[in-house]
Amino acid sequence: MAKEGGLLDEGLEGLNHNFLTGQLENLIKWARYRSVFPATFGLACCAIEMMAAGGPHYDLARFGMEVFRASPRQADLMIVAGRVSQKMAPVLRQIYDQMVEPKWVISMGVCASSGGMFNNYALVQGVDQVVPVDVYAPGCPPGPETLMHAIMTLHEKIKDGELTKRRGAGKGAGLVIEQRDGQTGGGRGLEQPVLLSRS
Amino acid sequence: MGADGSPAAQTFEGRQEMTSAALTSAVAKLRESGAVMRMTEEASQQVQETFDGDPTGDERMIMNMGPQHPSTHGVLRLMLELEGETVLRVKPVIGYLHTGMEWTGEELTYLQGPTNVTRMDYASPIFNELVFCLTVEKLLGVEVPERATWIRMLMAELNRMASHLLFMATNGMDLGAVSMMLYGWREREEVLRFFEMVTGLRMNHNYIRCGGVAADLPDGWRDHVLRLLDMIPPRLDEYDTLMTGQPIWRDRLQGVGAITAEECVALGVTGPILRSTGYAWDLRRDDPYLAYDEVDFDVVVGTYGDCFDRYAIRLNEIRESIRIVRQVLDKMPKGDYRVQDRKVTPPPRARIDESMEALIHHFKIFTEGFKVPEGEAYCAVESPRGELGCYIVSDGSSHPYRMHIRAPSFVNLQSLPHMMHGGLIADGVAVISSVDPIMGEVDR
Repeated sequence: MAKEGGLLDEGLEGLNHNFLTGQLENLIKWARYRSVFPATFGLACCAIEMMAAGGPHYDLARFGMEVFRASPRQADLMIVAGRVSQKMAPVLRQIYDQMVEPKWVISMGVCASSGGMFNNYALVQGVDQVVPVDVYAPGCPPGPETLMHAIMTLHEKIKDGELTKRRGAGKGAGLVIEQRDGQTGGGRGLEQPVLLSRS
Repeated sequence: MGADGSPAAQTFEGRQEMTSAALTSAVAKLRESGAVMRMTEEASQQVQETFDGDPTGDERMIMNMGPQHPSTHGVLRLMLELEGETVLRVKPVIGYLHTGMEWTGEELTYLQGPTNVTRMDYASPIFNELVFCLTVEKLLGVEVPERATWIRMLMAELNRMASHLLFMATNGMDLGAVSMMLYGWREREEVLRFFEMVTGLRMNHNYIRCGGVAADLPDGWRDHVLRLLDMIPPRLDEYDTLMTGQPIWRDRLQGVGAITAEECVALGVTGPILRSTGYAWDLRRDDPYLAYDEVDFDVVVGTYGDCFDRYAIRLNEIRESIRIVRQVLDKMPKGDYRVQDRKVTPPPRARIDESMEALIHHFKIFTEGFKVPEGEAYCAVESPRGELGCYIVSDGSSHPYRMHIRAPSFVNLQSLPHMMHGGLIADGVAVISSVDPIMGEVDR
């Protein structure tokens, strides 16, 4: 640093290459939303449309999302594509738990979102009973355009949201942030440590 | 201890788990290996001996595959017992997509029925609607107008093309020909575009209704189909270049997962798997429904009953479907697209604005549905996966008393343990892929 012509002597003009400055947080968010790797979690009809969205015509690669990871440990996003049965729900939760933070969930289609037309003994009436959902994509099944809209909505959310996500004491990244008055939990008379809930 | 002497697995899923061969009785092992229903003593002796290796050997292991696995076509779960890389036993565990659709079908009216059944086999939804409507029409005794029949045939054959193109894509991807994934989807998209034009939806159309179809074909449909028919054949030839003659492709598929016609019949396997053994069984020809007796087409059969034959049969069935669609285009009659029976058919939309009776009729038919005479009926069609049957018992009300679907994927899945037995685990993926199971139809 103390070398002649270095940053300390001449400031930015002393550099012989270009660089950008920015907040680290923005940079991380930029990197995150530009390459969200979805886990392959196809269940039913919606999975076909999800694959169609990854196909040549709709081309999810435009959003840096064509790499469907077979292992949940390499994935950032779980697209719950299809109806979730009572038998599948524990499996789904296990896969979600295997994904590393930060992670997001898109509930694709009405069956995943609310049970859809199958209001019966076999289906979980909404996957948000099992995992926290970030974006709901409506439709039966949602076309690839709807899925892409959901994905872009998620991108906006990643871009504008908080950097780290916490979902419960010791869960997720294992971080617990105590909130004081004047911060998010303030004014609600909460004495326990308040965890930042997701927006 | 279970009924057959093996200890029950201590999981919430109970006996579905696979226990090691050392702890499993011969009866249970035979049951798991498939094809045990009418086995001769010699054959059963042979099967028992196959398992009689060293059940506690170092190389033995029980492995779980799925339900979330990229090559299990959805949520199929397999319990495998391996000796090194050789598959000894396979136990498919299903039910991860059980949606209670047969139950829901009994809650919905006959008019709403197609909405439900179309979501079973989501790669070929038209066939589900078709078989449901054929069964209800059989109970009703309704004669469907000729044009509706031919529209149904057109849609069914195009759907068969779409389904087999989907198979081409997934089969290619399962075996590592990833570019095939892109090509298969590209062609399927073209077919779906026509479906969207006709039915308004890309999948789950609810287009075929009891008494006809939901809407007439739109203007310009013929040109659209003709464009499709000109586009697809050269691309199928590309597939031939890319895969059929390719040595890697042949090595991966030829002789893998072979099954004989007798075994297929014993297991109730139908569709391309049965035809791959050389048994020319196609309901379109052997039990003609719609107007299949008026069109000319070939039933494609294989010789060896292996994965390659199943692949080749599906590829050539796309060509046969194109041939049928061309004939349908020539013979498409004019006339009504649904039966003019006021009991079954809602009034045309334009009439509702003019006539109070039409409005009442419309309201009654959509809220209460129509009543179907008491009785039971079974109809079957040749879906891309095999014999798709629908069995309905009516108690004279507007809901089915019992609705059961004979799902070809479900029955064909039984052949998995048999076809995978003795093969390598990498070939197992090829076998699963060549069965082409749609889990929505398996579990319903």
